[in-house]
Amino acid sequence: MEEILPYLGPALAVLGVLAVVFGAVLALANRFFRVQVDPRQQRIEEALPQTNCGACGYGGCAAYAEAIVQGKADCDLCLPGGPETACSIGEIMGKEIAEFEPKVAVVKCQGSFANTFARFRYVGERDCRAAAATQYGQTACPYGCLGFGTCVWACPFDAMVMDAETGLPRVLEEKCTACGTCAEVCPKNIIEILPKDRYVHVLCRNQDPGKATRQVCKVGCIACRKCEKVCPVEGSAVHVAGNLAPAGLAAVDMETCISCGKCAQECPVNAIGNFRKLRREAKKQEAAEEAAA
Amino acid sequence: MEVGYVELAIGSILVSNFVLMKFLGLCPFLGVSKRTSDSVGMGLAVIFVMTLASAVTAALYRHVLLAGTAEHTNVLEALGLPLPAGGLVLVLKTISYILVIAALVQFVEMVLKKSVPALYRALGIYLPLITTNCAVMGVALLNTTDWRGSAAGLPVHKAAFNGFCAGVGFLLVMLFMSGIRERLAEARVPRALQGLPIAFICAGLMALAFMGFTKLFGIAV
Repeated sequence: MEEILPYLGPALAVLGVLAVVFGAVLALANRFFRVQVDPRQQRIEEALPQTNCGACGYGGCAAYAEAIVQGKADCDLCLPGGPETACSIGEIMGKEIAEFEPKVAVVKCQGSFANTFARFRYVGERDCRAAAATQYGQTACPYGCLGFGTCVWACPFDAMVMDAETGLPRVLEEKCTACGTCAEVCPKNIIEILPKDRYVHVLCRNQDPGKATRQVCKVGCIACRKCEKVCPVEGSAVHVAGNLAPAGLAAVDMETCISCGKCAQECPVNAIGNFRKLRREAKKQEAAEEAAA
Repeated sequence: MEVGYVELAIGSILVSNFVLMKFLGLCPFLGVSKRTSDSVGMGLAVIFVMTLASAVTAALYRHVLLAGTAEHTNVLEALGLPLPAGGLVLVLKTISYILVIAALVQFVEMVLKKSVPALYRALGIYLPLITTNCAVMGVALLNTTDWRGSAAGLPVHKAAFNGFCAGVGFLLVMLFMSGIRERLAEARVPRALQGLPIAFICAGLMALAFMGFTKLFGIAV
């Protein structure tokens, strides 16, 4: 105790003076350097999860909040926050948030070992991007999956696996956050981020005429337009796009499609996939798990 | 012998680099080095704060904490206030430096926000992060320890220069690291090593390389 006492007074005095000086300087600075910030920005920042992950496309939650206030960004870009965050941001901005659409990555190729073949044996770097730079890749179909699993490697959430049987990547939909990393790295642009509540997708990207497609893949879209004809939606939700009559690729219109699955049944080459069963089961399982918990 | 400017610069940037030789400030080094643009912003912010913090803390050390000598006066003594033998170095050094750095960063942030909003946005979250950066505290403490037998540490102008050089050294390794990590993002890294583990391995290898600068030109700072 004796040893501390002589230090106590001066130490407290010095610290006290320092604190007062800095406090005064900061108070003055606050007065002179105050910047008016939209109060909504603060509230939006509080509503965001503060993970600063950048999934929204902005450098952190603060930058995203600023972009929203300035009207540069939509309210529903925060993936980790999900629908709740989108709703609360919408409330702050006084905007009605149309239902937050859960999305999922869809691999739009069915060129498995059984359905297609390789033009040559590729022995280079086991990476789709490298393979794609070598004569468009080794697959017979120039639009098809190269099967080296670059998307699987790229996935930050372990939500993709390579199916050893088919040689195609598979999306584990319960883990997928629709961040779009896989879609970005795929050199063939096979993977698309699509709404989860649309079950029917054309799982082919081949835009060649039917005959050429038929030669390279058993399940490639041949642009026969049967899907267009069978679609019950007025004006048809499936369209075979492409300028030339025989060329083209069917694509399902996400706005109007009712996911009835008739086109998937009708397709003569089974190029249209129906995810209804898969996702229904996943939902059931989830519900059962919740009930158990 | 007084330590010269060139010696200080080579010493702080290469020989005893704060990140790779002293292992200070590793959190921003690994956290902000994913993109080159980010790491340059962080590096510039660190240079700025380190220079200011070094100058202010060195002045504080010389003229408030340290008992007065023939070379430098103590403000408390000059005002006739009681000062314990040996000054207040032991009790106040760390805590007063924390106060100085925190207040300084806060002040700089306010000024930047008002006067140079572009720079403020570029620095973004890194500026407040520097408050808790041990490299800033480290350079402030090292400036005010024994330098070649002079207990008073570096004089204020040299302390500021040393802080600036330490910041430059930080920026340098941030640039190296972000370059490596931008390449790593494209490379196929084994799953178990993806992300931070491989970054740590790179940092270790870079530190090994920087070991080569030990006693460069006979400088051991």
